[in-house]
Amino acid sequence: MSDFSEELIKSTTEDDQGERCELSGTGMHFPWLQKHIETVATGGKKEKDFAQTTSACLSFIQEALLKHQWQQAAEYMHSYLQVLEDSDSCKRQAAPEIIWKLGSEILYYHPKSNVEAFNAFADRMKNIGVMNYLKISLQHALYLLHHGMLEDANRNLSQAETWRYGEKSSSQEVLINLIQAYKGLLQYYAWSKKKMELSQLDKDDYAYNTASQNMLDHSWKTSVNLGALIQIPGVWDPFVKSYVEMLEFYGDQDGAREVLTNYAYDEKFPSNPNAHIYLYNFLKREKAPREKLISVLKILYQIVPSHKLMLEFHRLLRKSEKEEHHKLGLEVLFAVLDFAGCTKNITAWKYLAKYLRQTLMGSHLAWVQEEWSSRKNWWPGFHFSYFWAKSDWKEDKALACEKALVAGVLSGKGCRYFRYISKQDHQVFRKKIKRMKKLVKKYSIINPGL
Amino acid sequence: MQCPTSKIRSKEVVNTGAIPNTKIQAINRGLKRKRKLEKGWDWYVCEGFQHILYQQAEALKTLGVGPELKNEVLHNFWKRYLQKSKQAYCKNPVYTSKRKAPVLEDNPSHSDWDSEPELLSDFSCPSFVESGAESQPDVHTQKPFPIIKASQSETASICSGSVDGVEYSLRKEKGIVKMTVPRTLAFCCLALLWQRETITLSDLLRFVEEDHIPYINAFQHFPEEMKLYGRDKGIFAIESWPNYEDIYKKMIEIATFLDLPRFPDITEDCYLHPNMLCLKYLMEVNLPDEMHNLTCQVVKMTGIGEVDFLTFDPIAKMAKTAKYDVQAVAVIVVVLKLLFLLDDNLEWSLSNIAEKYNEKNKEDKPWFDFRKWYQVMKKSLDEKKQKWEETRAKYLWKSEKPLYHSSIDKSVVCKRREMVVNLQKQFSTLVDSTPTIGKKSPSSFQFNWTEEDPDRTCFHGHSLQGVLTKKGQSLTTKNSLYWLSTQKFCRSYCKHVTTYEESNFSLSYQFIINLFSFLLRIKTSFLHEEVSLIEKRLFKTKYSKTKKKSSRSRKVRKY
Repeated sequence: MSDFSEELIKSTTEDDQGERCELSGTGMHFPWLQKHIETVATGGKKEKDFAQTTSACLSFIQEALLKHQWQQAAEYMHSYLQVLEDSDSCKRQAAPEIIWKLGSEILYYHPKSNVEAFNAFADRMKNIGVMNYLKISLQHALYLLHHGMLEDANRNLSQAETWRYGEKSSSQEVLINLIQAYKGLLQYYAWSKKKMELSQLDKDDYAYNTASQNMLDHSWKTSVNLGALIQIPGVWDPFVKSYVEMLEFYGDQDGAREVLTNYAYDEKFPSNPNAHIYLYNFLKREKAPREKLISVLKILYQIVPSHKLMLEFHRLLRKSEKEEHHKLGLEVLFAVLDFAGCTKNITAWKYLAKYLRQTLMGSHLAWVQEEWSSRKNWWPGFHFSYFWAKSDWKEDKALACEKALVAGVLSGKGCRYFRYISKQDHQVFRKKIKRMKKLVKKYSIINPGL
Repeated sequence: MQCPTSKIRSKEVVNTGAIPNTKIQAINRGLKRKRKLEKGWDWYVCEGFQHILYQQAEALKTLGVGPELKNEVLHNFWKRYLQKSKQAYCKNPVYTSKRKAPVLEDNPSHSDWDSEPELLSDFSCPSFVESGAESQPDVHTQKPFPIIKASQSETASICSGSVDGVEYSLRKEKGIVKMTVPRTLAFCCLALLWQRETITLSDLLRFVEEDHIPYINAFQHFPEEMKLYGRDKGIFAIESWPNYEDIYKKMIEIATFLDLPRFPDITEDCYLHPNMLCLKYLMEVNLPDEMHNLTCQVVKMTGIGEVDFLTFDPIAKMAKTAKYDVQAVAVIVVVLKLLFLLDDNLEWSLSNIAEKYNEKNKEDKPWFDFRKWYQVMKKSLDEKKQKWEETRAKYLWKSEKPLYHSSIDKSVVCKRREMVVNLQKQFSTLVDSTPTIGKKSPSSFQFNWTEEDPDRTCFHGHSLQGVLTKKGQSLTTKNSLYWLSTQKFCRSYCKHVTTYEESNFSLSYQFIINLFSFLLRIKTSFLHEEVSLIEKRLFKTKYSKTKKKSSRSRKVRKY
């Protein structure tokens, strides 16, 4: 630092006591370069303040929405609407969608807003820019559904259905089908209501026939509307379910089976576990042969090994005659228990305990060892820790016993879980524990006595 | 100004003193064009700018500026500009209607111009008068207008409401400064400077941002008959706020172009003198009045208070400095550095001393405590900045008068505007009906400090005793060290003489620079540069020494 005190008093000074200079960062500094880089995105033109303030406005709206400050969001939205007149045509074309999304949120939650306001807004936004019409109509209809205004929603959807604009792009095609499908869903809902009414009527009741005719009418409409959508690859769970229910009601088993099989197995459709579940349940209702059921559930097993249905799958496999199915049964059980969802499921543990015994009795030690080899490093900590022993015993003693048996068989007598449970004294479970100890002694794979 | 009733119109014609002459022409044209009201008048782009200048002058009048600014100063500047730039204008084939027919839809004949030569006597140049054949003998050489080609090839789809809008936007003449909307502010600022009014350039620009001076949608107030569309949009519709550096450059550019003489002297009693401005800014940022002595000393030592230095002289070859506000603020920064060093260390230890003293002596005049000041100022600054950002985000740029490109998209644009207005109405009903404070009345002070407010301490009366010591007869600062904002000035191709890399500087310095940059709405690098230039003057010996030693590597040198 230089001593400047003399300089203030005298006009010149010859002192040079050195200066402390601020080390500039290493490398060269080009202040103008930053600006040039920023203009690359805009094609060489400097960003106008209009663009800057509108994007600031947008972030303020988003912040307000996050914080649920509807009032402020509305205030900023009031200013943001000017982007609809942006001289930049790209931004101007992208604006209606953004405004619709944000505006509909605000109008949905704002305390001063009501259905009329929302309707007015939706109607206005629909007519800005042709491409948004269908999307907004659909969302508008969903909003009305949310508020229980089914007839209005229906009317909306019908109106949207008739929209036509030149060549339909593929995305618009899907939207039209969706709209029809939702209409179908509404029809289904009406049908379902009628069905309930019908079930309360007597067959001989004079109203029965008209009611059932009415129902048929609805169902036909539904099938027309839903039929198209289900052909398109996609995830259409609620639609498919309703459609199948209707088909089954009218005895069209073949139709139902076709729809479900298509839905589950058509490769164009995205992988969807629910599809298989629906198919399985249908086949079960139909009392299909075990082989068929197993083949359906096998696919589900590959997609979602942790599903609750796996226990049913196990049962099916157990009852089967093929040995490969028996092996798979063991696999399935282990896989189910790999996930946290079934750790407290007593059925799963019961099955495993029983099946381990069965398998080991059937001299399939190799199977058990194969399954255990990949798990012996982490199952003890995951299932059979001391903490679990205490908490399981406290919560559900039956479960604890089953688990202890499995633990003992797989990890030997030294396993902490097993040791803890076997030390417990309880009136009801005394016998069970004794038996468990015997079984472990006999079957533990650590010291194979067989 | 333009009134439909003919009585008032004729009255206006009589008061030629107040209205520039092209206005008179426009008025007269209007009289003749009464039958063509739907299509509107023929108006030229420069008339549009004239109208904007008029509006701005009126706004300045309401802000308290004297009427001479509008009637004399600005008027004369504008006239001079028209003279200087219209030298080639009269040869403009705009007036040869044959070639311009597709563009000038509503001007079938140019014969009307013939009837108006008597009004042109005020202009020393032969403008607006008829074309080639009977062109007046003129002193200025006829320059063939290069735009001719363009006008021939234009189709009716590219058009403009103004007569020469298309051609104006294509015009690129060397040596002529083309009028733009930002340049109107430069004109205003030059006029303000000539009159030595108490509005600085940063004040002016702030008033523009706060909508006290027409700028963004000034064309909205054009008379009904001046229809605006097409290319006019690019000329008159602005979507950015004016920037200090930009307008300053334009000021110098225009002053040079107009060959303006030396401006009226700026003496010590003038508002724009750094001593006065320093006092104003010291008050505004809540610093003690005692600092004013120091600022005056720095001003004296650097010589920036000299009349010859301050007075704006476009023709002189000297470096033109008319950034009075930035300079004043830079001086304050330098004084703060002198007093507190601002190295993230000394200012806080001095604050500790001040705090201790203030605790013990509650009755006396309190010593200025930098830390307390910082806390108060930071809070106020953050609040102001937040509000400023929110107001900016809500700014409505688009005018109520929709601007369309041509008759083709007129309906679309109008419909769109209607839609936006409806949607806005819908959302404004959701907003609380409690009216906002409304348009803030313009004030040259952004921060206000009073003694009474307990939450916001006012430091004006605080004493600098804590940071000054007696040395013989005079007082000097306790701090005897200093660091320069710029070690070495750049002399090569880049536009700035120094850079501002924030991370190289102390946080206190950064805060001070940010505070003042926000106050003046300028870039931090701009202010930093000015501070460096002041320091260059103050410590010129140091710089001359470093010049010789420039070959040495830059390391921290401790002596």
